[in-house]
Amino acid sequence: MPKKILIPLYKDSLAPRFDLATEVLIGLVGESHNVEEKRVVVLPEASPEEVCNLIFTEGIDVVICCAIEKEYYDYLVWKKIQVFDSVVGSVDRVLRAFEKGELSSGDIIMDY
Amino acid sequence: MNQIRLPQITGLSKTSISFLPFLDKIPVGICILSLDCRVVLFNQAMEILTGFSREKFCGVPCCYLLRSNICVQGCPLPSIKPDSGPTSFEANIINRDREKIPVRITLEPIVDISGKHTGFLEVVEDIRLLKEANTELSRAYSFGKIIGKSPQMERLYRIVPMIAQTDSPILITGETGTGKDLLAEVIHRESRRAKGPFIKVNCGALPENLLETELFGHKKGAFTGAIESRQGRFHLAHNGTLYLTEIGDLPLPLQVKLLTFLDDKIIHPLGDSKSYHVDVRIVAATHRNLEQMVREKRFREDLLFRLNVVRLELPPLRERKDDVRLLLDHFLARFASQFKKRIRKFSDEALRVLLRYPYPGNVRELKNIVEYSVNICTEDIIQEWHLPAYLFSAKTDFTDDRLNDREQLDSVDSFLPAGALKENLDWETMEKKMIIDALLKAKGKKGKAAAFLGWGRSTLWRKMKQYGISS
Repeated sequence: MPKKILIPLYKDSLAPRFDLATEVLIGLVGESHNVEEKRVVVLPEASPEEVCNLIFTEGIDVVICCAIEKEYYDYLVWKKIQVFDSVVGSVDRVLRAFEKGELSSGDIIMDY
Repeated sequence: MNQIRLPQITGLSKTSISFLPFLDKIPVGICILSLDCRVVLFNQAMEILTGFSREKFCGVPCCYLLRSNICVQGCPLPSIKPDSGPTSFEANIINRDREKIPVRITLEPIVDISGKHTGFLEVVEDIRLLKEANTELSRAYSFGKIIGKSPQMERLYRIVPMIAQTDSPILITGETGTGKDLLAEVIHRESRRAKGPFIKVNCGALPENLLETELFGHKKGAFTGAIESRQGRFHLAHNGTLYLTEIGDLPLPLQVKLLTFLDDKIIHPLGDSKSYHVDVRIVAATHRNLEQMVREKRFREDLLFRLNVVRLELPPLRERKDDVRLLLDHFLARFASQFKKRIRKFSDEALRVLLRYPYPGNVRELKNIVEYSVNICTEDIIQEWHLPAYLFSAKTDFTDDRLNDREQLDSVDSFLPAGALKENLDWETMEKKMIIDALLKAKGKKGKAAAFLGWGRSTLWRKMKQYGISS
């Protein structure tokens, strides 16, 4: 079954904070593990509860983010959502690493 | 990743001084940024505060190191000019351990000798102590975050300031939920090391090989996957306190290494030929019976003797009945304010139930019961029906408040799995049984099971993980 992925955004990179993101990217991980059908959802306000709510209503399986508070991390993991946190980089490069199966928490993937 | 620079200070003394070790001696987080707000280098205090190593973050935009609320809500760096004075503001950051920390950030431009703007200096101070001190000033019958007015707690309040001033290792024992972590923090804050780091390590949370590198650090190439050198928690706790919780779960080979440290204050990182002297005070805690473990050869006797220099025993809540009412009122005020509810008090009936309950999970359980009740209550008084159901599902035989300790202890089994005490089960086994019973009763629904137990969902999740219970 295809997986759904969510990334909190800040311009064209990952948002430094999960709780302060006002835009998120949602995509579908296809059978070839490529992220397809990408769309950006603009949130009415920065709210971690709102993002969590979106994660459940959208049926998200994977979250890639930078800083996330323990409370929300534990909650998402408890809800069986795979969370890659403390990831730094542009969305394109992070997605590429994810598609190749090379992404792990704490990765810094960026051009200097 | 960019290579970290190793600049020097010249002209200050006859010979050049290495800049980085100089910066490391300053006990507040300092970060030097380039004009495009990328990290040039930062000191050890900043590494401790953020949890990130400077080797990894050199060249990364500073918002990904600091992860402060200001970074995305209007970073002031672009408005700082060469002639700007210092800009200071309060913010919060989220560190690698996913903790939100209140900080004071001060920003200053860096100019070269010709007055040309070359970068920024960012000073980040941890203001947790200050914030907590402000909220604690008005709280009576408390010491730090510990609350109680029973004779046992009064005795603790008297001796903690004295023992905090020494550098002797401390062993804190007590049942689960009695406040061992809080006591360790109080000891650190009352000590002369209060301005140094307080580093906590859960000895039961990591497998042996990971725990060794976590505690003592490793050298690049020490083992497969060691792509960079990493300082251990002992190193990070230099001039501060290292709190080893669940010391009873420390594997035997690491017990030997800890003993070596306690004897000569020297650590040997994995794969490093050098040894390092660190000035760290050890505070250890456990809910296990270490003497029993020594008899079973699961804990080294010499380490127990070394840790047992000062021993603080936290009494279970059933032995400090005077504190139950105080704690109930404290947590009611706290959660009512946190959840923005206008709840004034407990009804007499609810209070009767709460005062009679023996709290096998101690203060943590009491706190969870109040949190649940405040969540459920939509009125201004918490009634019996707002309390977790499991308080009523068990038969309450203890109608007399004057029951002695043994009787109170006996009454605990009415809340525990049938015959638990008769079978002489230890606390972990009883708690595991309680969780399984609650899950069965809730037909596998974790939210409902957590409510039965009077816990938050995350507490149930953590405990299930701890005991290896899958739903």
